[in-house]
Amino acid sequence: MISAPDVVAFTREEQLDDALYSEPPLPEEYSVPLFPFSSHGANPWAKVASSKFTRDFILISEFSEQVGPQPLLTIPDDAKVSGTFDLNYFSLRIMSVDYQASFVGHPPGSAYPKLNFVEDSKVVLGDSKEGAFAYVHHLTLYDLEARGFVRPFCMAYISADEHKIMQQFQELSAEFSKASECLKTGNRKAFANELEKKLKDLDYTRTVLHNETEIQKKANDKGYYTTQAIEKANELASVEKSIIEHQDLLKQIRSYPYRKLKESDFHPYEPECALEQADAGSEQDPAASDLAEAGEMQLYNHMPSYTPKLIKAKSAKCFDKKLKTLEELCDVYFFTQTLDQLYQIERTFRGDMCYLLTEQISRALLKQQRVTNFLFEDVSLLDEKQPENQYRGCQGLGHDDIDRKCLEESSAPKVVISLGSYKSSVECVPIKMEQEMKDSQESRMSESVTFEQQDNLDYLDADLKGSISSGESIEVLGTEKSASGLTKSESQASLPVSPSPQAGRSKVGSRRTVSEDSIEVLSTCPSEALIPEDFKASYPSAINEEPYADDEDGGLRFAPKPAPAGAEQREDAANQEALVQVDSACCIGKESPGFLEPLAELGQKPCDEDGVVRIPPQPYREAEQGLHGAFGGFPSHEGVSGGLLPYELDSRYLTGSREVSKSSLDECSDSTSYISSAASTCSDRTPSPAHPGCRAGDRHRKRAGQGALRFIRQYPFAHPAIYSLLSGRTLVVLGEEEAVVRKLVTALSIFVPNGAVYAKPVKHWVTSPLHLLDFQKWKLIGLQRTGSPGGVNVLHALSRYSRYVSILDTDSKTLRCPLYKGTVVSRLADHRTQIKRGSTYYMHVQSILTQLCSKAFLFAFCHHLHLPISEREPEESVVNRRMNFLKLQLGLANEDIKIVQYLAELLKLQYIQEPGQGGSPLLRFDYVPSYLYKI
Amino acid sequence: MLRWLIGGGREPQGLAEKSSVQTIGEEQIQNPYTELLVLKGHQDIVRFLVQVDDCRFASAGDDGVIFLWNVQTGEKLFELHGHTHKITAIAPFSSSDASEENKHLILTASADRTVIVWDCTSGTQVQKVSCFHSTVKCLTVLQRLDVWLSGGNDVCVWNRKLDLLCKTSHLTDAGISALVELPKNCVAAAVGKELIIFRLTASNDGSEGWNIVEVKRLVDHQDNILSLVSVNVFFLLLDVTFVTGSHVGELIVWDALDWTKQASECNFWDSSVHPDVQPEIKLSQSPNETSVQHLTSDEECVFAAVGKGIYVYNLQMKRVIACQRTAHDSSVLHIEKLPNRQVISCSEDGSVRIWELREKQQLTAEPASTGFFNMWGFGRASKQANQAAKKMQENTLMYFLELVGDLIGHSSAVQMFLYFGELGLATCSADHLIILWKDGERESRLRSLTLFQKLAQNGKLHLLVAQIYVFKKTQNQSQKKQSSNRTFACAVTILHQG
Repeated sequence: MISAPDVVAFTREEQLDDALYSEPPLPEEYSVPLFPFSSHGANPWAKVASSKFTRDFILISEFSEQVGPQPLLTIPDDAKVSGTFDLNYFSLRIMSVDYQASFVGHPPGSAYPKLNFVEDSKVVLGDSKEGAFAYVHHLTLYDLEARGFVRPFCMAYISADEHKIMQQFQELSAEFSKASECLKTGNRKAFANELEKKLKDLDYTRTVLHNETEIQKKANDKGYYTTQAIEKANELASVEKSIIEHQDLLKQIRSYPYRKLKESDFHPYEPECALEQADAGSEQDPAASDLAEAGEMQLYNHMPSYTPKLIKAKSAKCFDKKLKTLEELCDVYFFTQTLDQLYQIERTFRGDMCYLLTEQISRALLKQQRVTNFLFEDVSLLDEKQPENQYRGCQGLGHDDIDRKCLEESSAPKVVISLGSYKSSVECVPIKMEQEMKDSQESRMSESVTFEQQDNLDYLDADLKGSISSGESIEVLGTEKSASGLTKSESQASLPVSPSPQAGRSKVGSRRTVSEDSIEVLSTCPSEALIPEDFKASYPSAINEEPYADDEDGGLRFAPKPAPAGAEQREDAANQEALVQVDSACCIGKESPGFLEPLAELGQKPCDEDGVVRIPPQPYREAEQGLHGAFGGFPSHEGVSGGLLPYELDSRYLTGSREVSKSSLDECSDSTSYISSAASTCSDRTPSPAHPGCRAGDRHRKRAGQGALRFIRQYPFAHPAIYSLLSGRTLVVLGEEEAVVRKLVTALSIFVPNGAVYAKPVKHWVTSPLHLLDFQKWKLIGLQRTGSPGGVNVLHALSRYSRYVSILDTDSKTLRCPLYKGTVVSRLADHRTQIKRGSTYYMHVQSILTQLCSKAFLFAFCHHLHLPISEREPEESVVNRRMNFLKLQLGLANEDIKIVQYLAELLKLQYIQEPGQGGSPLLRFDYVPSYLYKI
Repeated sequence: MLRWLIGGGREPQGLAEKSSVQTIGEEQIQNPYTELLVLKGHQDIVRFLVQVDDCRFASAGDDGVIFLWNVQTGEKLFELHGHTHKITAIAPFSSSDASEENKHLILTASADRTVIVWDCTSGTQVQKVSCFHSTVKCLTVLQRLDVWLSGGNDVCVWNRKLDLLCKTSHLTDAGISALVELPKNCVAAAVGKELIIFRLTASNDGSEGWNIVEVKRLVDHQDNILSLVSVNVFFLLLDVTFVTGSHVGELIVWDALDWTKQASECNFWDSSVHPDVQPEIKLSQSPNETSVQHLTSDEECVFAAVGKGIYVYNLQMKRVIACQRTAHDSSVLHIEKLPNRQVISCSEDGSVRIWELREKQQLTAEPASTGFFNMWGFGRASKQANQAAKKMQENTLMYFLELVGDLIGHSSAVQMFLYFGELGLATCSADHLIILWKDGERESRLRSLTLFQKLAQNGKLHLLVAQIYVFKKTQNQSQKKQSSNRTFACAVTILHQG
């Protein structure tokens, strides 16, 4: 909704006229980034043409102890997908970079084999020869029959687009972690089951052996042992040892640290959560576990009883045995869950990078608008918990990092060493023997990147570019050891180390955690926190920040000024810094319309902006932070402008002055996106939805957008009709043919703001007379016109309630509704628009509606626009101020005011509504004359 | 409008323009009600609305259920079940006694021949009286004496504890249609065409008992008395009156102290006849058109809903000073005078109309206003009335009722309404609905207030955020060097150890 994806590909410099530059620039978060490779003269899709596969896919491979690395399955499960790509070879490659410190076996000093619960390792690989880049997620599953009880697996997301992998690393990592967690949970259960069975077998064997020995003992009274007897005794002893071993293993697998699962990051599958936790509970308490175990066994295995069988003394550890399949290794249920998850990952990340980015950015932005997004967005799509959590976590981390960065950068010493980065770089083991020197050098280099970030950046850049195009085709582009949870726990989070400069650069752009940029940061836009209060005013770049400064100083702020921090808090400030940051991020997440929210953002904002400027396509994280500042700025703007400050309300957000140029761009991109998509490696061009349900929504949008386009072209009186919808006056679409009416209602529904309830207040087809209650509930109604007496009643009712409705007659092509003389709708629905595609138009509409929403938000949440500043202030002056604000500050004319007022009213209603309470819908209306429009 | 809808294409002609009913366009500047709330609950016609206190009201109707509503939020507070038949009368009975924890009670009478006392605070049934021989058609509370009266076929007097204090003999089979309190412990009951004055006297034996005795019968009305209203005391003149209206359109003003006829107005619906002419002439009118459905009054005037019209009768001048003969498309059922010179009427045609009583200079304004304001009828009548020289001065001060707004929402007859001042207006209707009409501006302002209150409540969190920020900022300034030094030291140590 914020930006149309099909615009992105067409942003080469020559397209941008000078006229564009003279206009007030869009905020960076909204602007369409320049294509970074435009200087190479290539289209963005050309460089990936060398890859041998047609689209992204997920590969699961195993390092089989029998045959070595082998691919197991691909997602999507289609031979065409991988094409000529050599899966075997690639499996070999990706399995050779397993960093898991998976050590299972007999550790020195321990009598029994020991299971290690290793973290998964996440690596990014590039194979420039094959043109394949992969995010590789290694994991270890347990198998009783396997060597060392472990079976190494890996899941890889393979794409031809290196940038996608690099920039979506966090997301990929989070999603794959979920899949892996699911797989491992199932595996642990299966493993425990297997152990139990084995124990029963052993027990049975022991009994049998014991009996045999006894029998032999009895039969043999010669006083000496036969070799047979000795053999039996040995066998018995070994069985007993093996029982103990297995019991120990069982205990170990049961004692898996479930606390990790309880962290909010890991709840991939809700239904299981309860079970797992119950599980965990029972297993953490070994004494009580027996009963629960029994129950659990039944629950998971549905095995009525297991008949133990005799185990041969020398179990054949050999190659003649067939190893368990992945499905057998995990519970079937968990296996299918994992597959589902993987399919969803594939769906989520497929498509071109720019789709992903725009999708993510707009979703992140929408989440920022917690207060307003219910108006025109399908909130159900935003309501998922998972991304929310992840996103929050990331945000927290991001803040953390950035904050620390700011701290570090601001300090004089150039040497910044973090424990984490040190550690992780040490763990970055060279993969290939013959490349060891180079790699280790590289990793050293990368260390030095973090160490001496500022000085030799350019040098490094030039130097290391060579290594990318070097003969060796596989490079480790990046690795991250720890899961996000780990990062939090360590006070000094591990910075991801990037041996390759390219990767490093991308990382910088994407996360802004690596501090390479600090020179630029310092030189271009100093963080405000650094500027002493006194200099602030005179500092040129502080102009933009003025509102904030004002907000800080002014007495107009809504909440009382917080007391200075206590002395004891200072004590462990440095330690708590990180935590506090996360906290504040959480607070913000929960309480979006905060007046003081921007305050928390101040520290980061300048850095953010810098980062945004530098690297054009950014994953949503930093965009959102930048935006966070920007959007967070609104309340502060408004807190001040309630008192009518002289400065202009930030026109960049509020004016739609670029609409014209935008729509012409749109047009171009409409026609070109076909070409570009043909060049694109990904087979389907549609914006990849981050949610499976999006598909239908997309189609709906496209259709509705197309219909709306047709409507505005066909009907010259589209503006007043749309105005009716936007200002909350019910529009009745009257017609004889149901299909026509339904189609029109669908098309117009994109202009209908949602009420307090989440469902769109749209009724597609009604045949009975309308009643007042209908207008209260529905804002867009399709009504049947019939010649029958009943039909006359319908019309009577309509004419009776005519003051509450606008009536669009599809049969005679007439419209009866109030006059509209504003400007917003004409931008929204220009019948000469060059937009041709429905989805593009939909986005155009959404962007303008978002502007309206932000205006409504400002209006609704400005304290002094609604309440007197002092107690003695008369009501009229408040009203005056309100109208002035609407007219001058928000630049609204005539009827546009009513639109914003209506939206603001909806916002208010939504905000003050108590959660559980439905709230009775109310009908607002005006006594305004209606006019009849004809074609 | 309708023709446009049906025929299509043609410019809508105000259908109502042809009828003589005055209409107002869609532009109603003076109409404050720009927001409405539909209250659903009743299953049958809602006939009664009664105010309980400042923000609550009760509704009752033919489904025998009483609902208690919050007028501010439209919230349904209680649903009182107890009657098996339709409700015939309802009256608030709040105790003036502060000791009784300010109990708000309501009395309801039903066709099941019971009267139930409800507690509005708890929403429970306090007591039920079911010893009636007939349906109680009206209830009156005499606050001063702390008793209440029920009127069916006879009049019964009850005290707060629901003891029957006394009762009259059987009066009529048709039942008492109206009861009104008069000074000196008297009560007027409308029984058919008669008006009976009762007096309550304390019983001689000194106990708490009361006796009720018939004092006088007034038989001046020609037809059934439909409405009865006691007019507020003229404080200056120390004059007390009450007014009755009958089915054939007689309006009689009585002295409340000696129960004599002060004035009567029998034919004010007919513009061609002088007010003082005898009532025989009225035969041309059909009775339904002229029945006095409802009466209300302020200190100067009586407002009568007569047929489809509204008439304003000035008690001092003893004449009709303003009228709107066809105020609605069908019978006006309820009429109320607002403090701001406005009159609200509701009608069987499902609409509620707001009128304003305005003065105008007859001579200058009349030509322009005739026709347009539909005032010609009254203007002519008064012109003819100028034979009486003493009235000449008064005639220069003319009043007229101007339509300032109409509320269209109900799809059936609006039975009654309740005016809550700036809180709005509640209307009840035969379409089973109650609609709360509110001032949209005011509501919007209130919502803003709530919003900022809520923000302030949640402000604790923001305060936290702010504190964090300030805290951090100070830390940044003072400890920046320190912390980075510390980081450096840490790193160096680790390097050494490593």
